Amino acid sequence: MQFLAAIGRTFLVFLTQTGRLALFTSSGVSHAIRPPLFLRQIIRQMVDIGYYSLPVVGLTALFTGMVLALQSYSGFSRFQAEGAIATVVVLSITRELGPVLAGLMVAGRIGAAMAAEIGTMRVTEQIDALSTLSTNPMKYLVAPRLLAGVTMLPLLVLTADIIGVFGGFLVGVYRLNFNPASYIARTWEYLEPVDVISGLVKAAVFGFVIALMGCYFGYRSKGGAQGVGQATTNSVVSASILILILNYLITGLFFSTK
Amino acid sequence: MTDTPKIALKHVHKRFGHKVVLNGIDLEVGRGESLVIIGGSGTGKSVMLKCILGLLHPDSGSIKVDGEETTRLRPREREKLLHKFGMLFQGAALFDSLPVWENVAFGLIQGEHMPRAKAKEIAVRKLAAVGLNADVAELSPAELSGGMQKRVGLARAIADEPEIIFFDEPTTGLDPIMADVINELIVKCVKDLGATAVTITHDMASARKIADRVAMIHQGKIIWTGHAKDIDNSGNPYVDQFVHGRGDGPIQMQVRAL
Ligand SMILES: Nc1ncnc2c1ncn2[C@@H]1O[C@H](COP(=O)(O)OP(=O)(O)O)[C@@H](O)[C@H]1O
Ligand SMILES: [Mg+2]
Repeated sequence: MQFLAAIGRTFLVFLTQTGRLALFTSSGVSHAIRPPLFLRQIIRQMVDIGYYSLPVVGLTALFTGMVLALQSYSGFSRFQAEGAIATVVVLSITRELGPVLAGLMVAGRIGAAMAAEIGTMRVTEQIDALSTLSTNPMKYLVAPRLLAGVTMLPLLVLTADIIGVFGGFLVGVYRLNFNPASYIARTWEYLEPVDVISGLVKAAVFGFVIALMGCYFGYRSKGGAQGVGQATTNSVVSASILILILNYLITGLFFSTK
Repeated sequence: MTDTPKIALKHVHKRFGHKVVLNGIDLEVGRGESLVIIGGSGTGKSVMLKCILGLLHPDSGSIKVDGEETTRLRPREREKLLHKFGMLFQGAALFDSLPVWENVAFGLIQGEHMPRAKAKEIAVRKLAAVGLNADVAELSPAELSGGMQKRVGLARAIADEPEIIFFDEPTTGLDPIMADVINELIVKCVKDLGATAVTITHDMASARKIADRVAMIHQGKIIWTGHAKDIDNSGNPYVDQFVHGRGDGPIQMQVRAL
């Protein structure tokens, strides 16, 4: 019986958590789409997410593109399919690796920072102070981060796509001695708009999830420094897992009928 | 109308899980009065203030401000009501992402949509009123000592000229001289604004200086209220013990033998 009780309790906790998250999400979204908006805050977050994540996302994409080219060469050359390398690189990057890797990197960088900042504000009563100064914390703290996440991640991923393909190109031309013009032609040959667009849709969703998890766990953190640390960990772990699950689901939506 | 209390609490209950914190608080604060609330640590003093501000929701009971019930306000109405309030938090709760002047001007810029330049002027004036010169305005809160942070918190609390000001342990953690400076500032600011003030403290020197009236909270109830001058002959053993800071008496600390 005790075993059943434990399962029941876990299930109830899960339900309350989901309910809380749903309420938090709807409140955050409703503040993000209703004026007035805090422009200064939005811009600050956009710069933080978009601009300062460029180096880490760029490096990730560059080396991913490079290793993709190298790895597919060593595989494809076994059955004389080297010509497919450029296509493999561009499709893998735009459809999957660009958004997923950028998402995971940004979750570690931005999601953690959001949870830590908002969590510290919670435990030092700064969030309460916002309310007493007639400023809704959901509007001032959460909405700008959600908006910045949704808009900046697609831009980051687009950049990552270009850099990743370029990485493949570098390896293809300088290491594997492809003709540059034909590598580029191969890259474009089978690329369709939906490949890029699906990646950007994923990016927008991931950006939302990263910001949401950072804000949610930060907002609910309690119990001093330890609580803030816990919030940071929770936000990164849950954002990463959600990114991988949602990635599968969105891929299914876009490409299942083919 | 003159005898409507500014703030009136009736049978206010609040518990966290199984822990009962407020167990039927009854309290009235008159217009323009300075009430000091004394009581041991963890007796729910901060929780009571947060219930009045709507940062926490009481489980039951009534809280009226200017004769109007506030426990079931919608977020918009709550925001409007909070314009009447200023609060100095226990840890000052300054926004550490903003310079000192923007902290002080926060309510003016965000709450009242004042142009930044004008708000800054007022902020510098308010800083002067709490004895801080204009150089401090550009610093970040983290660069200030505890006493200075409290003063900035005070300047922020009075910046948009509230009708009611709450001070949560304004002198805790300060040396006796700085504590006295803060006390003087509180008395002066409250008088200048003609505001109603509620101060939480367990510093008796501070209480004597600030209070028109004193209320003592113990085990979630107000057990005594009276004029500040009667505090030494209250005839209440709990108050006596607290005022004289004696270890033995009716208030028992839950300390287990080692
Ligand atoms: N948000 C909260 N969640 C759970 N317990 C809380 C919360 N806020 C306060 N408490 C508990 O309520 C009690 C009273 O807290 P508080 O009002 O801060 O005490 P004080 O009188 O020292 O200001 C404490 O035991 C504290 O642990
Ligand atoms: Mg307290």
